[in-house]
Amino acid sequence: MSEFLRSYQTVIWFGVVAVLLASLLLGLASLVRPVKPNREKQLAYESGVDPVGDGWVQSQIRYYVFALLFVIFDVEAVFIFPWATQLERYAGFGLVEMGIFVFVLLLGLVYAWRKGVLRWI
Amino acid sequence: MSVLLAVDMPYWLQTILRVLGGTVAVLLPAGTIVYVFLFKMMSFMQSRLGPMEAGPYGAFQLFAEVGKWLQKEDLYPDRADKFIFKIAPIVVLTSTFLLVAVVPFGPDAWFTNFEAGVFYALAVSSVSVLGILIAGWASANKYSLLGGLRAAGQLIAYELPMVLAVIGVVIQAGSMNFQEIVVAQNAGEIFGWNGIGNPYILTQMVGFIIFMIAVQAELTQTPFDMPIAESELVSGYMTEYSGFRFLMFFIGEFATAGVFSLIAAALFLGGWGIPFAWFGWDSMDSVDNWMNIVGPLIMFTKMMVLSGIIMWVRFSYPRFREDQLQKFAWKVLIPVSLLNIMATAILKVAF
Repeated sequence: MSEFLRSYQTVIWFGVVAVLLASLLLGLASLVRPVKPNREKQLAYESGVDPVGDGWVQSQIRYYVFALLFVIFDVEAVFIFPWATQLERYAGFGLVEMGIFVFVLLLGLVYAWRKGVLRWI
Repeated sequence: MSVLLAVDMPYWLQTILRVLGGTVAVLLPAGTIVYVFLFKMMSFMQSRLGPMEAGPYGAFQLFAEVGKWLQKEDLYPDRADKFIFKIAPIVVLTSTFLLVAVVPFGPDAWFTNFEAGVFYALAVSSVSVLGILIAGWASANKYSLLGGLRAAGQLIAYELPMVLAVIGVVIQAGSMNFQEIVVAQNAGEIFGWNGIGNPYILTQMVGFIIFMIAVQAELTQTPFDMPIAESELVSGYMTEYSGFRFLMFFIGEFATAGVFSLIAAALFLGGWGIPFAWFGWDSMDSVDNWMNIVGPLIMFTKMMVLSGIIMWVRFSYPRFREDQLQKFAWKVLIPVSLLNIMATAILKVAF
């Protein structure tokens, strides 16, 4: 197996160990902890008052536009990384190219800003 | 480890050693940070002694705490989505373990040596958002839901400055591999003088500050702790958790603080290395084997300094309001980090 795949295999082992460690500790806890459930304990905690209605309430998500912007900028970062590693080779040409790219993105951010999207409604 | 690796260990033995090392690298910083900073430093900053009973100066308090949490009843709300409610803390803890896999501790003391290590670290660090979001949703509690939503909004907002701040380092080093970044810093020179190498904190000061602010927000530490704001949301997405599952969120939070400090140390402070000119090394291959022993100690020292700063800020500042927090990320940090990228690129090409 190549070194590359080996690395990913190690990552999988790390994930497995994390789950195992958590399960081991939880299993240990289940041997020593008391189990005495009753209705009062299993109510949702709302500062001592009996909960009103369902826990899954509708609330206004004010920042869904932020989430869309996040996707745009995150994809941009994916494009910038490979360029960053090869900048030495591209020199001036790569610099101008990326200057245009970043400028367009900044323009997008400024547009969103001017449209009032970044304001807390 | 290098001495061991030199005799061609079988793969399964290497894996066991790596996994053990990784577990230590997650739990040791978490324990140290909690005891030194959260118990002791916080107490002294608030003019009290902190834990003093368990062992000398309360040194065994952590073991007492774990023993206490083990005995707590595992409560869950009746209406909760039980399966998801139960796996959420495990997801958070797993994200920390995946993150530590990429940190280099010495010339041969690494867990994985990805070509795109920086990329991997940034990708995996956002897995914990999933854990927090599903914890908030599955609890079927209004506080938890609000906390989870706030956490999601905050974490994606501060993910971007973090990613963009790291690009400056990648431009300077010309590589995304952690080992090559560390070597580039220690073998570097400042205007022909190589006495201290070229740690990127000097040239990437802006990037470093943005990175540390973003780390503070990713960890939901105090100036950015709107998701768990005790005074209004009880404990945010952790409200319904009790017993050992709560402790796992807690361990995850502080272990991630340690791992992020390690990553910041590798990216900006020169990582495991000491300036190569001191011993006449010039590249990775000429580094002596004893660096595999000294390297982890250097990394641990740098980790303590950086997480000390994180905790110091945490104990000192009041929290941001939610809208200020979003405004700060989008209107200050992101434009500044984009300009930082361009400035770094121009200087790199010019020199």
